[in-house]
Amino acid sequence: MPLDQIPHNFLTGRLEDIVRWARRNSVMPATFGLACCAIEMMATGGSHYDIARFGMETFRASPRQADLMIVAGRVSQKMAPVLRQVYDQMVEPKWVISMGVCASTGGMFNNYAIVQGVDQIVPVDVYVPGCPPGPETLLHGILALHDQIRTGELLKRRADSPTGGAAVSLAV
Amino acid sequence: MPDDQTPDGRPREAIHENDQDAEPAESDVPTPSDEVAAAILERFDGARSVSSHGQPVVYLGRSQWRDVAEFLRDEQQFTTCVDLTAVDFLTAVDRAVPPGVEAERFEVVANFLSHARNRRVRLIAQVPATDAEIASLTPLYGGLNFPEREVFDLFGIKFVDHPDLTRILMPDDWEGHPLRKDDAPARVPVTFKEDPRPS
Amino acid sequence: MSEPVDEEELTEEQAEELIDELDALETARLERQTGEGAQELTRGQRELVLTGGHWPEPESDETMIINMGPQHPSTHGVLRIMMELDGETLVRSKAVIGYLHTGMEKTAEELMYVQGSTNVTRMDYASPLSNELVFSLATERLLDIEVPDRAQWIRMLLVELNRISSHLLFQATNGMDLGAVSMMLFGWREREETLRLLEQITGLRMNHNFIRPGGVAADLPDGWQESVLHVCELVEAGIDDYDRLLTENPIFQERTVGVGTITTQQCLDLGITGPILRSTGFPWDLRKEQPYLKYPEVDFDVVYTENGDVYDRYRIRLFEIAESIRIVRQCVEKMPPGDYRVQDRKVTPPPRARINESMEALIHHFKLFTEGFRVPAGETYVAIESPRGEIGCYIVADGTAKPYRLHIRGPSFYNLQSMAPMVEGAMVADAVAIVSSIDPILGEVDR
Repeated sequence: MPLDQIPHNFLTGRLEDIVRWARRNSVMPATFGLACCAIEMMATGGSHYDIARFGMETFRASPRQADLMIVAGRVSQKMAPVLRQVYDQMVEPKWVISMGVCASTGGMFNNYAIVQGVDQIVPVDVYVPGCPPGPETLLHGILALHDQIRTGELLKRRADSPTGGAAVSLAV
Repeated sequence: MPDDQTPDGRPREAIHENDQDAEPAESDVPTPSDEVAAAILERFDGARSVSSHGQPVVYLGRSQWRDVAEFLRDEQQFTTCVDLTAVDFLTAVDRAVPPGVEAERFEVVANFLSHARNRRVRLIAQVPATDAEIASLTPLYGGLNFPEREVFDLFGIKFVDHPDLTRILMPDDWEGHPLRKDDAPARVPVTFKEDPRPS
Repeated sequence: MSEPVDEEELTEEQAEELIDELDALETARLERQTGEGAQELTRGQRELVLTGGHWPEPESDETMIINMGPQHPSTHGVLRIMMELDGETLVRSKAVIGYLHTGMEKTAEELMYVQGSTNVTRMDYASPLSNELVFSLATERLLDIEVPDRAQWIRMLLVELNRISSHLLFQATNGMDLGAVSMMLFGWREREETLRLLEQITGLRMNHNFIRPGGVAADLPDGWQESVLHVCELVEAGIDDYDRLLTENPIFQERTVGVGTITTQQCLDLGITGPILRSTGFPWDLRKEQPYLKYPEVDFDVVYTENGDVYDRYRIRLFEIAESIRIVRQCVEKMPPGDYRVQDRKVTPPPRARINESMEALIHHFKLFTEGFRVPAGETYVAIESPRGEIGCYIVADGTAKPYRLHIRGPSFYNLQSMAPMVEGAMVADAVAIVSSIDPILGEVDR
């Protein structure tokens, strides 16, 4: 039967690409607001910046339903075990964005109370600089993550992936 | 704030007018210009008063801490204690304190506010390092529950008769009291992933 | 496990073996779950995850204790609440805080006074300019300097704009907590405008570090009047929207009227200030009662209501936005010409133009920013009215360029204590509305 006589339209492609496409376009972030960055994260979800354009407006309250953790703010020594527990509850595949300098390196709070970089606790995919990063910067970080999801390995666990679970540095 | 106003926001003249109402205090201690400080000095022996940048400050013995707070609440209309904190003077024990006050390592500082009289007064008590405890004011001012726990957590000063004296900001299994000058460095070394040095 | 063992027949050795085996299984499970290249916790692994909740045993077997937070969408950050429930009714509650403890008061001892406002501005991140202002006022009190009129007016303009954006944030999150998602989108819409204005003036959307000891960092940009008035109009139109959307809305009233009541006496006893105190019929506002800056020269009203419930706190914050707009308009009208910082060589760097032509000016500039300025020994407490209540700054100076001790009295820290009396006898769903109406900013609670 010639193709133009087929009654339904369909696309062909590699399953891998389709799965990656689907994953990239429906990332569900967990609400993990900690400090100042959380306000900017919420602003990103607000009407002006509208994170829904990237299919990410469903912020899930339960980590079981989320696949992206945006660590928005400084992580204290008291919060660190909680953060790890929330991360552990998320199901694979999962990604982490470290938002702001405090989450990335401890920032200006180089003291006893703050974990000097959230990558000591969970593996981070994208670091977003700024104190706090504006919504544009966060969106740039999210697009960098989308790119990573689109090109990354599908089945392997993150630790064995080509980037070794290492971060994509983000130059802004 | 303009110079011609006290922290209360009143013109300075107003305070001086009020001074006439204040009873003369002990002869060897000069009468403070603030009426509340004068009233405290009159009632409690050993209290010393200074004016710090226009704010009345009363230095007390540790044993008088609770009595003075009760006096302020019940007789001077100081219905609110707005702030309680502490200072660790480990590296500055030889600091300047009013004559008659023996400087110790810790100072517990409480700021009181009278809404009715629109006034403030600050009480300071010396707490020695060897026996770091002081009476809790939580039974008098319920709002001091959190601040006293905070001071206990960060300075290790015990508040006797506090209903729930546990750590509030640091994790329960934390060791030390980070705001002490000899505890918890304010700067921790940053380790980088590619750092060739042994960590 | 090799073979099923009967518990009763277990010898000591077998038991140990069994435990070892189980341990190995558990370790393997943990490795599978968590071994993804992440490093261990730096301070050694802690097994206790949720700590800090100490309570005596429940009084009867009928009640149960449930835990909300610290990662919970409606707690405005990392607040954790332990609640004892009798069915659906709250018997008592306890706030567990410290999950955002940043050690800022320790860091402040390491930073010079010139750097200090960078630090304090990150405490109450919804109204950072109030923090900078109270720190600057305290430092100036210790230095015994008075900033020029224009600087004071600029400060007042900025703090009021910040109060608007902070209350808009409250309106948005309060709406979100109560399920009014349109309110959330409305709130962000207007807040975005005020943030853009603040960015135009200070260079940053949040954490401005603009109000500094000695004045402000820069003069107002060209064309600021038009921008400010434009934002005023937008926000005024916005609060009309909110008013129409929520104030008379029966669903909203059902959830808020008479919920979470508190009395004036309880507020005074607990050291509660700001909108919560004013909602109980006690018109206490430091801008009026103990004025600072140029507040005596502007015309505004203190908003207060009588009932002390969630609904009143919502209304107070709504009308305070309108009052702030009034003040902002007067600032635009009355802004005097002059210097935006004090011309005191001790604290103010020389103007940029002088640095190009004079070696001394360059050295002076360099020394001011590397060594800072010395503040004479002394101590002081300064309090101002932030959007959340009385924010105070207690500084002990020892004559060097760094504070010996800096303590911030965060209004949210005290206001959070009002939660316990408010939620008593309320329903679980009301607890969310009540916490939201307190409007705590955890950065300021934990510092």
